[in-house]
Amino acid sequence: MISYFFRLLGSVIFISWVVGTLVFFLIHLVPGDPVAVMLGDWASPADETALREQLGLHLPITTQYWHYISGIFQLDLGQSLFFHQPVSELIAERFPMTLQLALMALIIATLISFPLGLWAALRAGKWPDHLSMTISLIGVSIPNFWLGPMLILFFSLGLAWLPVSGAEQPFSWVLPAVTLGTALAAILARMLRASLLEVLHEDYIRTAQAKGLPSRLVYGKHALLNALLPVVTILGLQLGTLLGGAVITEVVFDWPGLGQLLVESIQRRDYPVVQGCILVISVAYITINALTELAYGWLDPRIRVAK
Amino acid sequence: MMLKYFSYSVVVVWLLMACAGFFIGDHANNVVLSQFLAPPSTQTFLSSQALGADELGRPVLERLILGAQTSLFVAIGVVFFSAIIGTTIGIYSGYMGGLTDKVITKIIDVFLAFPGLLLAIALAAILGPGIENVVFALVVVGWVGYARLARAQTLSLRHREHILAARSLGVSTPLMLYRHVLPLILAPLGVEATFGIAGAVISEAGLSFLGLGVQPPDASWGSMIKEGTRYLLMAPHLVLAPGIALMLVVLAVNLIGDQWRDYLDVKSRSSNTRK
Repeated sequence: MISYFFRLLGSVIFISWVVGTLVFFLIHLVPGDPVAVMLGDWASPADETALREQLGLHLPITTQYWHYISGIFQLDLGQSLFFHQPVSELIAERFPMTLQLALMALIIATLISFPLGLWAALRAGKWPDHLSMTISLIGVSIPNFWLGPMLILFFSLGLAWLPVSGAEQPFSWVLPAVTLGTALAAILARMLRASLLEVLHEDYIRTAQAKGLPSRLVYGKHALLNALLPVVTILGLQLGTLLGGAVITEVVFDWPGLGQLLVESIQRRDYPVVQGCILVISVAYITINALTELAYGWLDPRIRVAK
Repeated sequence: MMLKYFSYSVVVVWLLMACAGFFIGDHANNVVLSQFLAPPSTQTFLSSQALGADELGRPVLERLILGAQTSLFVAIGVVFFSAIIGTTIGIYSGYMGGLTDKVITKIIDVFLAFPGLLLAIALAAILGPGIENVVFALVVVGWVGYARLARAQTLSLRHREHILAARSLGVSTPLMLYRHVLPLILAPLGVEATFGIAGAVISEAGLSFLGLGVQPPDASWGSMIKEGTRYLLMAPHLVLAPGIALMLVVLAVNLIGDQWRDYLDVKSRSSNTRK
């Protein structure tokens, strides 16, 4: 188990390094001078030289790369050009908000998808099945940047139940979390249904039914626990995707998280912040995937023994 | 059965709209301030004002049609290039095996370990906005899925007898992959490509929503939604029209993908739990 943990840790560090390198070279090797892009067409050559020195762009690229990578491991991601503040501070302020949003979305998605998936699987082929699968298909197909405005229109502007945007009021998180969680709920419901249907045909379910166990135990203990395995994998993978999807949701609801910071920094051409945000979101994504793999081993003793 | 007709007719309407875009051209960009936020009405039912007008008085229907063109262009471009690149890499990797396969699998893993939408946002941000850059960014993200699928499928075919026979006759590798492997794995790749179309349509709209895709005055469903959110209370039709169009297209394409997958999946066809 411990060697398994260290192998995962190693692969997290390796992929983080690859991502860092990729982001670095993307920004430095793409045609076009970042300084010229940042300052616009009317900058004087003196301004350009000053900014280039501030960013360390006058140094050879290998030196820049070394500074950047060694900086990452000291949690130094450079200075923001707009806020004149260390990038790591900005990210530390915003990241908890994104994480909170993603977790709330995950909880909402779980609360919606479990009843829906169970209902569909237990009544497979009948109308509850068709109804819940149609709902989930619509859920997958609704883009969150449209669902968000529609929820605002209905619940905030129409019924005035919930705040339109921001994060100050006590229930501000509800609409963003629902917006972000809908697609995940739909995917989870479909996964759970498929996975349950497979398990329900197993011999041990028939045995459990034959020895007269109440259906609560047959479904709740024998079927659901075994059907959960693939669902947990998807859950972990999707939590990472939520962090990416949060970018759009945060923009829709003016939610002060990492995604909003990223999009605003792109518009302000604040490249150190862009670099930092992408790196942090990616590393979070990779770490969550690794943790999912650990959870998988914990849930399924067969995998633990095999490792 | 109803769903089948529904999904195919939505896709046909989408294609027709994209073709109609060629006849509209710049007319959709004409600013008519007297029509500011004009709501849809029954009097204008058969004119270009049928869906009302936006904040510059431009007819929403015509912009919707141009948006259809944008989304179709991006979807075709992204799926075409990512399918060709991904399939080529995947087949080659699976067929060659050994060190080549190991290196390519590692590269695929790294790409999969990276949140796709974020990479596309990063690329679009660095390359600058524009429809070609959107296609490029989405191809960089999209090829991995095809590569992984093609590799897995090829691995299962490698030791088939017709491959061994062709190899012993001295067939060259490119010809072998093209003639003897590719035809056998086309079906699952086609299903993947169908879902890829839905993904590309949503991603293009998402990038345009963030201001990283198609630039004004060109129309995209995503940027129409973005501009419309500012007038949500006064003129909800600005958000409703492109949003419903987007949702219907994505839903229809996903449904078609589901149908094809079920059709190809003999296992689920024989069991009566799924229709």
